[in-house]
Amino acid sequence: MQIQVNGEPLELADNATISVLVTQMILEGQRYAIEINEEIISRSHHDTYCLSDGDQVEIVQAIGGG
Amino acid sequence: MTNTVSSSPPVDKPLIIAGKEYKSRLLVGTGKYKDLAETKAAIEMSGAEIVTVAVRRTNIGQNADEPNLLDVISPDKYTILPNTAGCYTAKDAVRTCKLARELLGGHDLVKLEVLGDQKTLYPNVTETLIAAETLIKDGFKVMVYTTDDPLIAQRLEEMGCVAVMPLGAPIGSGLGIRNPYNIKMILENANVPILVDAGVGTASDASIAMELGCEGVLMNTAIAAAKDPVRMANAMRLAVESGREAWLAGRMPRKLYASASSPIDGLII
Repeated sequence: MQIQVNGEPLELADNATISVLVTQMILEGQRYAIEINEEIISRSHHDTYCLSDGDQVEIVQAIGGG
Repeated sequence: MTNTVSSSPPVDKPLIIAGKEYKSRLLVGTGKYKDLAETKAAIEMSGAEIVTVAVRRTNIGQNADEPNLLDVISPDKYTILPNTAGCYTAKDAVRTCKLARELLGGHDLVKLEVLGDQKTLYPNVTETLIAAETLIKDGFKVMVYTTDDPLIAQRLEEMGCVAVMPLGAPIGSGLGIRNPYNIKMILENANVPILVDAGVGTASDASIAMELGCEGVLMNTAIAAAKDPVRMANAMRLAVESGREAWLAGRMPRKLYASASSPIDGLII
């Protein structure tokens, strides 16, 4: 299936969980927040939440700002 | 009986924001630094306890070994204040705050800024009011960046913002406190901390904000864009402290003409 991650297309195995995506993006152990189709999915659900074809995913981090 | 005047170091009340006490009245941003090492050094030198961060899309394909800002500016040591910089609508600002809360494990103190246009980065007050209302209802503790309009500042306080932060001048302009009389009017009616946010260019600007009676000053570019940011961080720390002391001490009245400091009696002429 294909999803959009931060505006870019990404191929992912069907029914992959958010945790699978996080591993694929080498983000394990980092501080991030994830939104699927403009809805925040809390970290405690990342292992069980299955992504669907066409999902719009946003992954954000804290960076320098005023 | 002789009157004794204490020369021990003066005592100040802490700055209290959303029920938490802070010794430092200088709040700093983490943007525009050369690298994370410089960010860390400048922020440590500033003595700030509240540090702002921005929330942005993860850079896909970035080096996983690259340190993250929050590894350098640890939430265990600092109160992290996520901002909504770059948001031009209430909807985007609320969405950003929710992401920040998730990112920081439920931390609900945010700096709300909804901007009007890219040239002035002036606050969009109508969208700011809408966002503040939504965020407060959702349990956020909102420190709000706004114009130096006393009526809007009061309105934001009444809505339940935990701090109101009028601009001294446009973000990143370094023009200083352009309308000290408005800041004074805002302070007169305030029951929550008023902090000048944006516009400070150099140490004297920070002192002026504090001498007006502000509870604190928030700045980023004035430190990060100085030739020596770490040294400027120290200057700002001292300026905020000295401005605060001058405010607590109470300045002498201004007079048009001179008033001799040495006695007239006992002159030899």
